[in-house]
Amino acid sequence: MTIQFHDETFRDDYTFHNSPEGIRRFPFPFDQDSYMYSVNLEPHAGGKAGSPFEKRFDVDEHYVAEMRDRAITLAEDPLRCQSLPHMELAGWDFLELVMVSKSEDYPELFMLNRDGDRWHWINRPLGIEQRFTFLDATTLPCGPMEYITRQTQGDHALLDQRDGNLWMDAGMVTSQADWSLDFDIGMNFFEWHAPVPKAHELGVFQRALKFLLNLQQGAPSRRLNWTMTVNPRLDTSPENYHKWGPEKRTVAPGNVGAKQYLRVELQTLWRLPRSNAIAFPIRCYLCSLEDLVTVPKWGRRLHRVLRDLPDELAEYKGFAVNRPVILDYLAPFDDGAPTSPGIFPD
Amino acid sequence: MPRTEFSPSITSRPVYPGLTPQGATPAIMLAEGPGAEAILDLAALDASVMDLAHLIYIPAGHDAGLRLAALGAKMYREAPSYASALERYRKALADARMGTTLYLAGSEGMIGQAVAEALAAGLPPEAIQTEHRGTIARRMQCVHCKGVTENVTIDPFLCSHCGLTLFVRDHFSRRLGAFQGVCVDAETPGIVPEVQEIKP
Amino acid sequence: MTSRLLRVSAIETLSPLVTRFRFEDPEGALLPLFSGGAHVVVEMPDAGVLRRNAYSLISDPMDGSGYEIAVRREDGGRGGSRFMHTKVALGDLMRISAPVNLFSLDLRAKKHVMIAGGIGITPFLAQLKQLARLQMPFELHYAARSRAEAAGLALLPASPQVHVHVSEEGNRMDLGAILGSQPLGTHVYTCGPEGLIEAVAETGARLGWPKTVLHSEVFMAPPPGAPFDVTLAKTGKVVTVGPHQSLLEALEQAEVEVEWMCRGGACGRCETGVHACHGTIEHHDHWLSDDERASQTKIMPCVSRFTGETLVLDL
Repeated sequence: MTIQFHDETFRDDYTFHNSPEGIRRFPFPFDQDSYMYSVNLEPHAGGKAGSPFEKRFDVDEHYVAEMRDRAITLAEDPLRCQSLPHMELAGWDFLELVMVSKSEDYPELFMLNRDGDRWHWINRPLGIEQRFTFLDATTLPCGPMEYITRQTQGDHALLDQRDGNLWMDAGMVTSQADWSLDFDIGMNFFEWHAPVPKAHELGVFQRALKFLLNLQQGAPSRRLNWTMTVNPRLDTSPENYHKWGPEKRTVAPGNVGAKQYLRVELQTLWRLPRSNAIAFPIRCYLCSLEDLVTVPKWGRRLHRVLRDLPDELAEYKGFAVNRPVILDYLAPFDDGAPTSPGIFPD
Repeated sequence: MPRTEFSPSITSRPVYPGLTPQGATPAIMLAEGPGAEAILDLAALDASVMDLAHLIYIPAGHDAGLRLAALGAKMYREAPSYASALERYRKALADARMGTTLYLAGSEGMIGQAVAEALAAGLPPEAIQTEHRGTIARRMQCVHCKGVTENVTIDPFLCSHCGLTLFVRDHFSRRLGAFQGVCVDAETPGIVPEVQEIKP
Repeated sequence: MTSRLLRVSAIETLSPLVTRFRFEDPEGALLPLFSGGAHVVVEMPDAGVLRRNAYSLISDPMDGSGYEIAVRREDGGRGGSRFMHTKVALGDLMRISAPVNLFSLDLRAKKHVMIAGGIGITPFLAQLKQLARLQMPFELHYAARSRAEAAGLALLPASPQVHVHVSEEGNRMDLGAILGSQPLGTHVYTCGPEGLIEAVAETGARLGWPKTVLHSEVFMAPPPGAPFDVTLAKTGKVVTVGPHQSLLEALEQAEVEVEWMCRGGACGRCETGVHACHGTIEHHDHWLSDDERASQTKIMPCVSRFTGETLVLDL
């Protein structure tokens, strides 16, 4: 398998695009024709060959372009990557997890040689070669979490576990669904989820926290989350909301298929060994409506889910204002036929 | 001015349960404006709380200095502003040992900053007591430029740094000691909802 | 619970009652690293009964070449420690769970104060190595009745931060002095008998320490007791729990699936609903709230027992 890395952008001229294979492997998040919050965690222990669930850290055709976009965001605002002082050990744990996983899962792209604490890392797609001393941050160009997350798709949070709670104490967040690491860093599980409507009443966070506190090393979990984004934009941060906000109002019947994207987060959770912290990568996948409806099952189902979603959730997911246009576009792809269970295309 | 009762909100919004005396244990006390009344009430409940207390008062136009000085704290100081009290407060935290109680009384802005300072110094959150007195003005961080605007009493308001019109969220960062302000007309520049007074 | 078969590669007598065991991968593979304070669950197939006991790891958390534990022989216990002392030989293969940490250091602490009583020294042995590597300020206080019984002495580094209190020698631990003047940001960790943990909690409360910075781990083996029966609601099956067996062990013997992790009443994983209860549940766990205990609608089968007429579980 050779991945053809796209030369594409996630801002300005938005040349991002999915290949036909990229569309087929898109992690469509709805396994039935309706949606409500749930804990929906399952073991992250591989998955269908070629799917984003197969490898521990999925690398796809957007890898190089996404890392370039992250570098642009960080150059404008270094506060998108922060780590409270006690989280450096967790940063090393995470660096190890990613380097070991990627070099084993993609040996043609990544190479790791370890001689005790003397490590040698090669990242071929990004043209990086680095020799460094494990657990000695002065031998890397930046902190261990920043170093590895500049080379790993998705946002990443490192959660400290103490007092029967999880604390968002470090992260690299440049492609988030509207939350600010700089503001939320240091908060506990309930605090950083405080603005999410409805889920608290459903007890979702209580159950999820209970599960996560018992997460075991070597037994990672995953779940899917989703939202809607206008244009294939990774940096939908609150920091830059005044810059990208106006784009949300540019959706019209003539362009909605190309402009409106379903944004899916593949969230994985890993217990880290030395720090006992939890790594929480939030990997973002984008697919335009016009690409999604090329899979008939997804076209039917997406129409039903978005049509029946409570207003409060449509508001929180940020697409309430565009819902009528989106539904008008999707309706012709929903012939009322039943859909098969599960998320994969028929 | 009595203790402020705030309406219930999201879990990240701080609550100020009021001061309860912990006896004659080491204490740092920081009172601002009408917050002095909370300290006076505290001492009235148990005068011994003052025995080992280091009390710093920021009058902010509320003249309770003489009454506070008369409480017999181990150390009593006045400072014209939080900023001018900061070095003294930091020194008190640096000298403190485990078992110290911190009593904070005054506005949300002062309490938020003082809590952030104490946590950074290693004081456990459970050792911090807070009581809100006086203005319900908020200390707001602009999520866009990161500038902090003090004493915000209206929603939406103008960021005093970048000039964007921000709406006032209840989402609060303990680390920053500030609420979050987010651009209210990001999607429809110029279309701003009617300004309202902030309510408790 | 993920686990692996490991070979017993060293057995060393530390004191008349305490023995150290080392486990290594039979093929020499590196084992997952862990954090100081973590434990593993050791499976002991003992004459038809499968026992599982949790033991703190005492080896270097950053060294994956092997796992080490120290086991104190409890002749009045349920037989697990006796099995380790009398049946386990060099070269044996034993099933060991992945490490789990329910007693980790708070890495924000500006100073760590560790207080150990007797065999409660074990989690600190790994934490000391972690703290040395991270170069964090600490002090450790180790209380034992006599030098002969103080198995930890052989494993503790000679360091000015390590204080040994031998009561037989009149050098008792003074908790008031230890907690009296610690800098802000200090966290305290206690492991040992329940009495020691209570004493630290009382002294801390007297000196104004919030509970959240006083961490503790009780050495919780499932306590023995009178035998009792439980009924399973789904099948009507009746399972008898023997005097030296935990409810969880009895369920496992009867091939009833219950999830578990710490087997010491701390992690909450084996929480089981109670369908009906005519009698008294003897709650020995640290998981359920006081209200939940009083309501008798939940039980932690890893440590808790029952006396009375009937106990029907949601299983």
